Order: sequence, then structure tokens, then C-alpha cells
Amino acid sequence: MPAATDGLGARLLIAAALLIALVTLVVPLALIFASAFAEGWAAYVANIMQPDTLHAVFLTVLTAVIVVPVNMVFGIATAWAVARYDFPGRKLMISLIEIPFSVSPIVAGTIYLFLYGQQGLLGPTLQSWGVQVMFSVPAIVLVSLFVTAPFVARELIPLMQAQGSEDEEAALSLGASPWQTFRLVTLPNIRWALLYGAVLTNARAMGEFGAVSVVSGSIRGQTNTLPLQIELLFNDFNVVGAFAAASTLALIAVATLVLKFLLERHAQ
Amino acid sequence: MPMTSLQRRRRVMPGFGLSMGIALTYFALIVLLPLVAMAIKTASLGWEDYWKIVTAPRSLASFRITLTAALAATVVNAVVGLLFAWVLTRYRFPGRRLLDALVDLPFALPTAVAGLTLVTLFAPNGWFGRYLEPLGIKVAYAPLGIMAAMFFTSIPFVVRTVQPVLEDLSADVEEAARSLGARPWQVFALVIWPVILPAFLAGTTMAFARSIGEFGAVVFIAGNLPMVTEITSLLIFIRLDEFNYPAAAALASVLLLVAFLLLFLTNSLQARVLRHARRD
Amino acid sequence: MAQGSLRTLALAIGVATFAPAAHAEVDTILNVSYDIGRELYAAIDEQFSADWQAEHGAPLQVDQSHAGSSKQARAVVEGLQADVVTFNQVTDVQFLADNGFVAADWAERLPNNASPYYSLPAFVVRAGNPKGIDDWDDLARDDVQVVFPNPKTSGNGRYTYLAARAWAGEAFGGDEAKVTEYLQKVFANVPVFDTGGRAATTTFAERGIGDVLITFEAELAAIARQYGADKVQPVVPPTSLLAEFPVAVVDKVVDARGSRDVAEAYLDYLYQPKAQEIIVGFGNRVNDEAVMAAHADQFPPVRLFSVDETFGGWAKVGEEHFAEGGKLDEVFVAQ
Repeated sequence: MPAATDGLGARLLIAAALLIALVTLVVPLALIFASAFAEGWAAYVANIMQPDTLHAVFLTVLTAVIVVPVNMVFGIATAWAVARYDFPGRKLMISLIEIPFSVSPIVAGTIYLFLYGQQGLLGPTLQSWGVQVMFSVPAIVLVSLFVTAPFVARELIPLMQAQGSEDEEAALSLGASPWQTFRLVTLPNIRWALLYGAVLTNARAMGEFGAVSVVSGSIRGQTNTLPLQIELLFNDFNVVGAFAAASTLALIAVATLVLKFLLERHAQ
Repeated sequence: MPMTSLQRRRRVMPGFGLSMGIALTYFALIVLLPLVAMAIKTASLGWEDYWKIVTAPRSLASFRITLTAALAATVVNAVVGLLFAWVLTRYRFPGRRLLDALVDLPFALPTAVAGLTLVTLFAPNGWFGRYLEPLGIKVAYAPLGIMAAMFFTSIPFVVRTVQPVLEDLSADVEEAARSLGARPWQVFALVIWPVILPAFLAGTTMAFARSIGEFGAVVFIAGNLPMVTEITSLLIFIRLDEFNYPAAAALASVLLLVAFLLLFLTNSLQARVLRHARRD
Repeated sequence: MAQGSLRTLALAIGVATFAPAAHAEVDTILNVSYDIGRELYAAIDEQFSADWQAEHGAPLQVDQSHAGSSKQARAVVEGLQADVVTFNQVTDVQFLADNGFVAADWAERLPNNASPYYSLPAFVVRAGNPKGIDDWDDLARDDVQVVFPNPKTSGNGRYTYLAARAWAGEAFGGDEAKVTEYLQKVFANVPVFDTGGRAATTTFAERGIGDVLITFEAELAAIARQYGADKVQPVVPPTSLLAEFPVAVVDKVVDARGSRDVAEAYLDYLYQPKAQEIIVGFGNRVNDEAVMAAHADQFPPVRLFSVDETFGGWAKVGEEHFAEGGKLDEVFVAQ
């Protein structure tokens, strides 16, 4: 429930938030679009419509489409296990889940090389079976899963712990099946946190650069994601093209937020 | 012990096997297995070599720079994040939706773009830099720039962890407190704060953890002078470029260890806070 | 297209790719290259594919991968299926040779140490050259700020370091203490070490940092085109260092794929006058005298040191200078 906004304190807080947002978020975004449109609409469209850039958009969206649902399932399962039960190693598990956040993206990519590369632990065995994971789309999906694994779980755990399990217990005692309880009681209770988690996962999966750059092989038109394509354009002195490509990522982010807004409306 | 009754009650909940199964399998495959691969690489160094690499003056300087900047960025993030989350959930004002949408921007931008954007803004001839530099405030190519990049790339964490909890917090309790004569700050300190504290802690730790690993955004704005503005991630990158995997893994292991200890600490703290809250 | 997307989707869901089996008709090869060679190789590949089609009556596509040279070498060793590599550092091809991906005698297989073109570190200064910077000694002046990429992460930066050292070695008659002192001064004049050459260029040209940028001569034309003669101007110093751009067939991959003939034809093509013209058009120097004579006005005469003669070869340079705790660290870290 929103409180009244007429108090002086409230106005000061809102003003402070808007001012900070202006400096830290709006101005950088404005700079990106200003740079993207520095040579006008026609150049902007031409830059976006480049086949390599379009393929990069496709690959980036494809990655997100796979990564988001998978990590949602993982996140719900983990949060359920951690928030609803006590078991030995529970605290350790909560901490371990967050490890991918603290791993430098470059290192995240490199540890996948240690695992699936030709000099790695599993790479040679997989190669002998004719399976190549590195420098292909599966590798990009795998590291994206890694870097975004904690988001949903980390959104859900504090919320589910704060909520407790009384609602579910009530439903169960009234004869609801476990699945019904989950769908009709748990899911509505956690929907906002789940949504925020999914939105963050999506944003990060699309924007990830360091980890993907290590494992993708950067073959243009094949394994270049949008962030890699942006670097390529930057290295071509095509600053306008680079920012144009970056602006599409910003637009996709805004689009997911519009989607969230619509879902919110629908829920009300 | 209050735990046992809680535990017994919780055991009634179904789905333990299923959720644990999914969580552990996935976790082992996606997160643990690669980490084991790294551990094996690190272990190929002897203890003596490992110690020599991580205590070299240049490594130590990079740890100091990285951790100080990350800490500063996290403190700012904690305050700003809390402010954003509060304003977004509590008030209706023009531009609220836009602000809500903008919060995720730092994640959506590839870190290199974020770094490039920030350095363009803070360079001596940039939109911000041209006003800051005459005042003697140097951001681009200075330690302050590292902090700015870390702050920017982890803005969403605190906001997005606190926001759902605030959203979920029923207004009844607050109104009850208020009707009983509590002042606004008392309502916040005594009613709201204890509830959002676990999420707040989770958010700030994530922001910190992300900051110490940040690479792409920082290298653009840092200046990368050894001993002065060189972060650990860059040093790792350099070792990788020299094909010196064990040294890279050794440096990475230090960051990991710091982050892990911190995460474990806050999670324990969080659990204690929660137990207190439940006992009331 | 639809089929392509489906295939990618199937791959992504976890049905992993199967390594391409050896077969006779190879219609694509992969050239794994350094980060700033995209425009150059896009131009060469287009011409090569057209000529191949005309000669063999079959299409041939050259796929390109671009990133930092050392990172690319690492990727090939970890399984990136490169038929050929075109790098900007000899050490990166040598790394492939040391790991058995490229024959040990790779440098003798093609002319000029297997480098179809070369370049050299040169200067870019502010328009009008207000600080009068025209040789290596100016870089150590107290009133000069210098920008070049991090020698630890960039081949461009490593060449700069070696060129400055080679000049100093001669100027100070081999007095090691004076050389070190000079280099320390130069490094102390650098306010920013970007990780790559193009990032350093942006720092210099767009942020207005520094009085002189040091980068490959091949970059000068693009920089002048991008930023205009009213902002920056090139200066080629009287002496510099030979920077080779070595190429090699990745034997391990081409033998598995059966693409050796095509890969070798591609590298040979780089030495043909047609390709050499394109290469020169992008500001690189070549050894083809006829081509160079036609572009004499583009390239002022420079006396070049070579790594082999001045420093005793790349293996020695790696050990003495670039290894951790080597001579580079003496002037770079100990500031």
C-alpha cells in the first residue's frame, strides 16, 4: 500500500531518489542514445540491420530464452529446499549459491575452459566421443547459466524465510495436493520476487561479456553475442555502431520492464 | 532448543526430495564442477609458490585497491539502493515507472559499454568531468573511477532484493504501530527494518561480491597503473595472457575465499536476525 | 534460415555439436585473427572468395574470429577449430607450435618469417605538434604525457616497449643503467594503460589525455580518418622496431578436417600482389617491392631494429623482458 506523499520527508526522499537516478542512470543512458544517433536515424538503422549484428541479437535472445527458465526452476527448487527445511550444510549451501557473483567473469569463462577445453578435465574425453562443447552455442549457454545461477534463488530465499510456511501448511491440512499447494499458494506468494529474479537473470544473461568472450570463440556471424559484437564494432572505430548495438540491449531491458508492468496490471 | 519444534513442523512440507534433488544436481554440474577444475589447476602449484604469488607486492596492492573500492562502492550502494527500493514501493509520483525500469540498466549493458560510458562522462572533457576536474575531483583514471564503475554495475542488487520484501510487507502492522502513536522513524526502525534486514544484507553482500569480481567496466576507467589503480581481475587477466594458468587461478582463489567468507558471515547473521524476528 | 535456427536451437538445448568429419569438399575455413584486423580481413576475404569461385567454380567462405592475439592462441589450443591463424605477435604462433598445433618450422614455411606484412610503432600527436615530439627521446621529457596500451595485455604495447628500449640501447651506447632510467621516465609519463591499442587511441583522441599516442603505423591512417587532421597528426620517428604479423596453417586442425589445400592456398594468397595491395591500403608495409614503390609517398623511410638482431629472438625476449619479474616489470611496476 503506498503511503501518502504529501509529507515533507516523503518529498525529500523522492527528490533525492530522482536526483541520484538522474546522475547515475538517466545521464549514462542519454549518452548511449546520443552516441548511437550521432550520425542520424539512417545510420542507426543501417548499423542495427547489419547481418552480423542481427545474428548477434538472435544469439543473445536465444541464450536468454534458455537461461531464464532453467535458472527459474533451479532458483525455486533451491529456495524451497533452503527456506522450508533444516538440514546439515544448509547455511553452507546458501553461501555457495552466491559464489558465481564473486567470480570475476574472466575467471568464470576460464574455469569452463579448464573443464571442457582440449587441455581441460573433460574436454579430451568428450572430443573422443565427437562432442565439442567449447567455442559453440552450448558453451555460451553454459557460462551464462553459471553467471546468473544465483539470481532467482537469492531473490526468493529471504522472502520465503520471512513469509514462513504457515500458508502452505494450512492448504495442506485442508486437503490440497502438494502440487496444488505450490501452484495456488506458494507461487502467488512469491510471484514478485520470482519476477524480479527473472528480470535480473535476463538482463545479466544478455549483457554478460567477460565470461562469454572466453568460451565463445568470437566467430562473427556464428558465435558472437551482442556484447561481443559491440566490442568488435568498437575495435573497428565504429563507435556509433557500437553504441547503436548497445542501445538495443538497453531497449530489450526496457521491454522486459514493460512486460513486468503488464503482468503486474494483469495480476491486479 | 526452539529449532527442533520448527524442524519437526517443517518436515511435514512435501517436496524436499524433489527440490533438493534438482538444486543439488544442477548446482553440482553448473557451479561446483568448474570450481573443482579450478581447484585442481591451483593445486598444481606447491604451497610455497602459491604463497609467493599471492603475497607479491603487486598482488597485495591489487587486493587492497580492489577491496577498498568495492567496500566504498557497496556502502554507497546500500544507501542508494535502500532509498530507491523505499521510494519505489512506498510512494506514487511522476516518473516512478521510469525509475523502476532504469534500475536494471546496469545489468543489461555489457560491462564494457558501461565502462566506456562512464569514462566518457568523467573524462576531463566529459559531461561530468569538465565540472569536477576544476574542483580537483579526479574520477576517470583514478581510484574514484574504479569505485564509480563498481557502484554502477551493482546498483540493482540492493534495490531488487529489498523491493519484493517491502512490497510484501503488509501495511496493517505499520498502521497499527502508527495508530498506537509511533513516530515514522520508530515505525521504520522497529517494524520495517527488522523485516527487510535479511534481504538488505543479502543485497549488499551480493553487490560487494559482484564488485570485487568486476572487470570489463573497471579497466576502461581505472587507468590500470600497477600498484595504484590496477585491480586483481586485471592481474588475473594478465596472467592468463601470459598462459600462466596456475598463477591466475591462485589470484582468483583469494578473491573467491574473501567473497565466500563474507557471504557465509552475512548469511549466518541473516539467520540470527530471522530467528529473533520469529521468536517475537 | 528456419532450418539454421532450428539447428542452433537443437544445439543449444544440449545436443552438443559434433566435430566436423573429414571430407573432401571443404567450403568454409576459419581464420582466427587479432582484434583489430577485422576490416582488413573482411576486404581480403571478399576478394579471395571471388577469385576462388572464378578459379575453382566452387564457393568458399572464410569465417573470421577476432580477439586479442594471446587469447586467440589460447582458444585454438583449447579447441577452437582454426584452419589458419593470422596474429600480430610471433610468440602467439610459437605458443601453438610448442603445443603441437603448428609445425615447429612454421616460420620457414612462408616468405619473410611467415609474415605477409609488417608495421612499426609510430607516434600520433595533437594537431600542429605543439610539444615538438618527433623522436623517442622526447617521450622521457618532464612536460610530455605519453599514451600507449598496457604491455602486459597488448602486443601493441609490447612492441612500443621494445622499440623504446632498442632506441635507448643505441642512444646510450648499451649503458643498461641509463636505458633503465630512460624507460622508467617514459613509463612514469603514462597516465593510463588501456588493455588494447584501440582503447588507448580512444583515450588519447576522444578523452584528450596525453600529448603523444604510440601505436602501429598501420593505425595512423584510420586514426586520421576517424578524428580528422584538425585534431591529430601522425609522426613517424627516424628509427623504430620491426613488428611482424605472422601467419600459419594450424596443422592439427586442417589434417583432421581435410582442409590443408584450401588453408595453404589462403595464406599464399596473402602474398599475391592483389592481396598485398589491399594490405597496403590499410596502412601496413609489405616486402613486395613493386607494391611498396607504388605507395612510396605513404611510407616515410625508417631505420628498423629487429627483435632477432637487437634482442636475440622472441624466446629470449620473453624470458628476459616479459616474464613476471623481468626487465619490463623493472620499469613498469617499480614506479
